Amino acid sequence: MTNRDDLRVVGKPRARVDSLNKTTGQTRFADDITLPRMLHCKLLRSHLPHAEILELDVSRAKSLAGVHLILTGEDFPVTYGILPVSQDERALCKNKVRFVGDPVAAVIAVDEDTAERAARSIEVRYRPLTTVSDPVKALSQDAARLHDYGEEGNIHKRLAYSFGDVDESLANSAHVFEDVFFYQGSTHLALEQHAAVAQADPEGRITLWSSTQCPHYVHRALAKALELPATQIRVIACPNGGGFGGKTDVFNHEIVVARAALRCGRPVKICLTREEVFYCHRGRHPVLMKIRTGVSADGKLTGMHLQTLLDGGAYGSYGVASTFYTGALQPLTYHLPRYRFDACRVFTNKPPCGPKRGHGTPQPRFGQEVQLDKIAEKLGKDPAELRLAMVEQPDTLTANYLQIGTIGLAECIKRVVARSGWQDKHRKLPLGRGVGLACGAYLTGAGHAIYWNKMPHSGVQLKLDRNGGVTIFCGSTDIGQGSNDVLAAMVAEVLGISPGIVRTVTGDTALTPVDLGSYSSRVTLMTGNAAIQAAERARELLASAVAEQLDVPAERLRFADGRVFDLENPDTGVSFAQAVVAAESRFGTLGTVGSYAPPRSAAKFKGGGVGPSPAYSYSAAVVDLEVDPVTGMIIVDRVYIAHDIGRAINPVSVEGQVVGCVYMGLGEALMEEQVFRRMPPKLSDALVHRCPSMLDYKSLSSLDMPEVIVELVENPDPNGPFGAKEVGQGPLLPVMPAVANAVYDAVGVRIDEVPITPEKVLKALEQKANGGEGRVGPTEFPDIQWPEAYFVPPPWEGGDGRSTNDPVQKRAAKMHKMDRTSTS
Amino acid sequence: MSDAAIPVPQRMADQLLLFTLNGEEQRTWVSACSTLTEVLREHLGLTGTKHGCELGECGACTVLLDGKPVLSCLLLAVECGGRTVETVEGMMQGPELHPLQSAFAELGGTQCGYCTPGVLLTAKALLERQPAASRAQIREALSGNLCRCTGYQQIFESVEEAIRRLQEQPVQPESAS
Repeated sequence: MTNRDDLRVVGKPRARVDSLNKTTGQTRFADDITLPRMLHCKLLRSHLPHAEILELDVSRAKSLAGVHLILTGEDFPVTYGILPVSQDERALCKNKVRFVGDPVAAVIAVDEDTAERAARSIEVRYRPLTTVSDPVKALSQDAARLHDYGEEGNIHKRLAYSFGDVDESLANSAHVFEDVFFYQGSTHLALEQHAAVAQADPEGRITLWSSTQCPHYVHRALAKALELPATQIRVIACPNGGGFGGKTDVFNHEIVVARAALRCGRPVKICLTREEVFYCHRGRHPVLMKIRTGVSADGKLTGMHLQTLLDGGAYGSYGVASTFYTGALQPLTYHLPRYRFDACRVFTNKPPCGPKRGHGTPQPRFGQEVQLDKIAEKLGKDPAELRLAMVEQPDTLTANYLQIGTIGLAECIKRVVARSGWQDKHRKLPLGRGVGLACGAYLTGAGHAIYWNKMPHSGVQLKLDRNGGVTIFCGSTDIGQGSNDVLAAMVAEVLGISPGIVRTVTGDTALTPVDLGSYSSRVTLMTGNAAIQAAERARELLASAVAEQLDVPAERLRFADGRVFDLENPDTGVSFAQAVVAAESRFGTLGTVGSYAPPRSAAKFKGGGVGPSPAYSYSAAVVDLEVDPVTGMIIVDRVYIAHDIGRAINPVSVEGQVVGCVYMGLGEALMEEQVFRRMPPKLSDALVHRCPSMLDYKSLSSLDMPEVIVELVENPDPNGPFGAKEVGQGPLLPVMPAVANAVYDAVGVRIDEVPITPEKVLKALEQKANGGEGRVGPTEFPDIQWPEAYFVPPPWEGGDGRSTNDPVQKRAAKMHKMDRTSTS
Repeated sequence: MSDAAIPVPQRMADQLLLFTLNGEEQRTWVSACSTLTEVLREHLGLTGTKHGCELGECGACTVLLDGKPVLSCLLLAVECGGRTVETVEGMMQGPELHPLQSAFAELGGTQCGYCTPGVLLTAKALLERQPAASRAQIREALSGNLCRCTGYQQIFESVEEAIRRLQEQPVQPESAS
C-alpha cells in the first residue's frame, strides 16, 4: 500500500466525481423514480402509543375506487430486525402497536390521494394499554411489558464490565468527582424523506430501489421477512438525500412495497411524509448518565465508573450496539488505568432510537468532557494543560482492549489553543463572553460486522476498458459523504489516471460485491483499502505486459499522468490505454478484485465486539460564544476545530464533513429535541411527538451558523488507505461539551444537559443569584440491579483480553489448556 | 379486482395551464388542487425540484416565479398561468453551466445534493438583484433553505466564488439568444 508523497489525486482539492450531477438536478433520488403503471402506497399508522389490535376492518377501504390491494399484519408473519439479537419488528403490526406511528395496514392504490383516503377509512378497534413513557419508571413498569424478550420487564439490555478494580482506584485517589448528566434525544432530519420503489419481474424476482445506507442489510432482511431466496431479491441504494444514520435500519415501508409489488404484478412506490420521518426516527438515544472519576494529586486519571440509562423507544433497532457504544470509546483519549461501565436500555412507547451521527458516543463524551472542565477548575489547572498531560500514547491498548494506532489528539489540542487565542481568553473575557474546550475520539469503521462471519467487510471489482476507462463496482452507498469520490480517487491514484475517466457503480446488490454499508465511518477506510488492492492487482497485470513490450523490468515502471513509463528514462513508455491493450492481449479480458476485513481485535471478552476498529480519529474544539445574562440567549461567534484525519483524500470533502459535524453538534447543543407530550385526556391521552415538523423542530439556519475555522492534522495511519482515517462523525463529539464549558466561562453557570436553552441559562442564573449552586441538570441516577460485571484485567495488570469470571469462557479456557497439555 | 371497472374518483374539472417553463412555452392539464411541485415532478418529469416537508418549511422546493424565489409546494400550479417558472434544470445555457453550478461542485457547496436545487435558484435570484452580494446578504437570502450536510459555510464560499466568476465574464452582447 503506497504511502509515497508524490501523489497526484489523493490530497488534492477537487470537485467530487458526482457533484455536477447534483448541481444540475440530474441526480436521481428514490422519489424521483417513476415506472410505467406504478401504484402508490400509504401506511395507516397507530394513533395510540401502546394498544392491542382487537379488530381491523378493511371492507370500506377495499371498496373505494382505485384501491388495488390492502395489506395487514396477517400478510407479514415473519419478524425481522437489523441486529440478530433483536429480531422484534414486523412490517405491519399484527396484534399490538407499541408507539404512535407504528404501521398497522398498507393501502396500494392508483395514486397517493386515493391510498390516503382509503387508509383513513380502515376501521381499527384498539384496547389501549398502559403507556410507558419515562425511562426511569420503565425500569419498574413490568406490567406494561412492550416485548416478551430482553432482560426483564421493559429492560431491553443491561450490561456491566469492569476493567480492573475501579472502586479500589477511586478509594486511593486524591479526588473523586461524581456528576450526573442528561443528553436529550434528537433526530437526523435528513432533507430527503425516506422513499422506496419496488418492482417484480415475471419470474417473481423483486427489485427494490430505496433511500438506504445499507442495501446489503436490507437485502438480508427482505429475504427473511418475505420468505424469498436472496437470489430473487435485488436492492439498489439510491443516492441518499442525507442519512446521518437514519437510513441504516430496515424499514417497514421497504418490506411492504416489496410484498405489494409481488402481489400486484405492478411497481409500487412509497414516499414518507416529513411527519412520518419524525416517527420513523432511529435517532439519538436520550441518555441519563452518572460518571465517577478518580484523579491523582497531579491531575492524572486513576479510574472511572460510568453508568448510562438509554431511553430506547419501542423497538430494538441498533439499540444493543448503541448501549455498548455508550461505554466503549471513553478510554481512547486520556490514559485510564481502570474503567468500569454499566449500561441499561429500556423500552418505552416512543419511536425507536438507533444510530445518529456518533452513535451512542456523543452522549457520554459530553459528560466526560464537561466533568474534565470541572476537574481542571478544582485542581486550578488550565483545561488544555490538564488534557495534554494525560493524552493516550500511540500504539497502545486501552483498558477495554481497543488498539490505538496513530493519535494526533495532542497536536489537535495545541492547534485549537493557538488558533483560538485560548490563553488570552479563558477566564479572562468580560461577563457574557466565554470560551470552552473539549475533545473527542471516534472509530474508523466497526471492527465487527453486525452478523458474525469470516468474509470481507468490503469488496471491489474493477473493469478495465481498452479505451483506458476504468469502472469500479462496489456495494458502498454515497449518502452525501463523498464515498464515490473516494473510490475514484484511490483507483485513479494507484493507476496514475485522472478520476474523470473512472466510473463508479455502487450500492446495487445484483451488480456490486458486498459492502456492509455507510455506517460507523467505515466507508473510506474499508472500501478504500479494497479499491487499492484491486487497483494494485490490475497495475501488476499491466506492468508485466508493458515490461515485456518495452523490454523494461516491471519494477522500474511508473504509472502517472495517464502513462506507464520507465522511471529511468521517462520518454520510454505507453499511454494507459495502450497498457490495457497490451495486458488484454497478453492475459485476455481484464478484471481484478480487492477486499478488506479489519484486523482481529484484542478484546476477547463477551460483548467486546463493539468498539474495536482499524483506526481511531481524534478532534479538539474551542467554542467562542456570547451569553446574554438578561435573556439567556446564546450566540456562538466562532468554532475552532482541529481533526486528526491521518490524510485527507479530498480536502474539500473533508472540510465539508468537519463543518457539517460542527453544524449538527451545535444543533444538539443549543436547540434540537426529539421530545414528546400527552394529548389531552378527553382526546386520546396519547404520547405524541411535540414538534414533528421542520419549523417546530429547531435546527440551525444559515443565519445561526457561526464561522468555523478548520485545522486538519495529517499524520498518515498505516491501517488507512493512503493513511486516511474517518471524518464523518468524530468532529461532532467535542462541539456540545465545548459549548457547555464556554457557557460556564461566560456566565458562571453549569448546564449539565443538552440542549442548553435560554430558559435553562436564566434558571441557573437566577438560582445562583439567590445563593444557589447555579446549575441546571439531573441530580440523581436510578439504582439499577446491574448483573455481576464481567471482570477483565487491563493489559497492564496481566489481562489477555478475556474476562476472568465469564462461566462460558472459563470452560473454553480450561478446554484450551487441556488440548495444549495433551498434544504438546 | 379488474382494472376496467374502477371509475375515476370525482374531483374538480382539470384546467389547462399555460406558462413559460425554463424559457419554453408549456401546456399541461392540471387538477385545481395540484401544487406546482407535484406538477413539475409528477406531470412534467422535472424531478430536479425537491420536496422535504410539503409544508413550506425547508426550502428544498424553491423555484423562481417571475424571477423571484418561491416555495413551489405552497403554490397551486393554476396560480402560475401566464407566468415564468425556472427550475434547476433550466440553469444551464445549452451545455454551459451557470457559474453557481460549477462553483458549488468545486467548492463543496453540495454534499448530498438534496437541498442544492433550491439553494442554487435562491442564490441565482440574489445575484441577479445584488451582483456583489456580501456574506451577510448571502446568509439572509439563504436563511429559508435548510441544509443538513454542509453547515452552510462552503455554500457561502461557493456563492462568493460564483460572484467573482460572473464579474470576470465579458458582458453578454444584447443580441445573444
